[in-house]
Amino acid sequence: MKLLEQAKFLLNITRTNDILRRYLVVNGFDGALTMLGLIIGFLVSQADDLHIIINACLGAAIALGMSGVSSAYISELAERRRALGKLEAAMISDLKDTAHGEAARGVPLLIALVNGLAPLVISLLILIPLLLSNVGVILPLPPLYAAIVVALILIFFLGVFLGRISGVSWLRSGIQTMLVAVITAALIYLFAGN
Amino acid sequence: MVLVKRVVLDVLKPHQPNALEFTRAIAEVGSDYRVRLTVLEVDENTETIQVVVESEAIDFPAVESTIGNMGASLHSIDEVEVQSEPEAS
Repeated sequence: MKLLEQAKFLLNITRTNDILRRYLVVNGFDGALTMLGLIIGFLVSQADDLHIIINACLGAAIALGMSGVSSAYISELAERRRALGKLEAAMISDLKDTAHGEAARGVPLLIALVNGLAPLVISLLILIPLLLSNVGVILPLPPLYAAIVVALILIFFLGVFLGRISGVSWLRSGIQTMLVAVITAALIYLFAGN
Repeated sequence: MVLVKRVVLDVLKPHQPNALEFTRAIAEVGSDYRVRLTVLEVDENTETIQVVVESEAIDFPAVESTIGNMGASLHSIDEVEVQSEPEAS
C-alpha cells in the first residue's frame, strides 16, 4: 500500500498520470489489434495447428511487451532527466536525493512496466480460448472465433475506459473503438483473404 | 529543556509537490503539527513560500529534512518561538 502511495506521489509531482493512462490505452489497444490481426490471419489461412497459432501469438505478445518496456524506458528516462535538469537549474541545487530525483529514476521504470505489460496482458487474455482449447477444454465456439470475441470485448472495454476519462458517453466510445477493430478485421479479410 | 513551539520559514520550492502535499508532508513529521503555507511569489518553475509550523515540540531537523526531500530549500528562519521547560527529575 505504501509502495502504491509512493508511486502515486511520484507520478503526481512529475505530472505523469496522464502519460501512464495514455500508454496503458495506446499499447493495450496495440496488443489487442495485433492479436486480432494474427488470429484473423490464421483464420483466413485456414490454419488448424493450434500449437503453431499459440506459439506465433505468444511470440508476438512477448515482442510487444519487450518493445513497450524498452521504448518507454529509454524515452521517459531522457524526458525525466531533462525535466530534473531544468528544475535543478531553477532551484540552483542538486535534487538527486530528493523526491524529484527519485521520480526521475522511478517514474520511467513505472511507465515502462505499464507500457510493456498492457499489450502483454491483453494479448494473453485474448489467447485464453486458444490455450484452453489446447489443453482439451470444450468451448461454445471454435477457439479462433472465441479469441476474436474476447479481443472485441477487450477493445470495447478500452473504449469504455477512454470514454470515462474524457467524460463522453462510454457506450459511444466503446462502439467507436469496436468499429476500429471491425474495420481492421475487414481490411485483413480484404487483403489476406484473397 | 527548550521546546520549539513555532517557526516561520522562508522556502523556495518547485511547483510540485503542490501546497497541499507540501504542508501535509510537514504535518506528518509529528502528531500535533499545525502548518500554514502562504505563497509569496510564483516564477516559471519555482515559488517562494512562507511556512508557519506550530506544535508543542517541533522537531526542526525533521522538518528541514522533509522540506529538502521534497526538493525545496530553506532560505531563512524568519521567526521562532521557543519555551523552556523544567527538566524531569
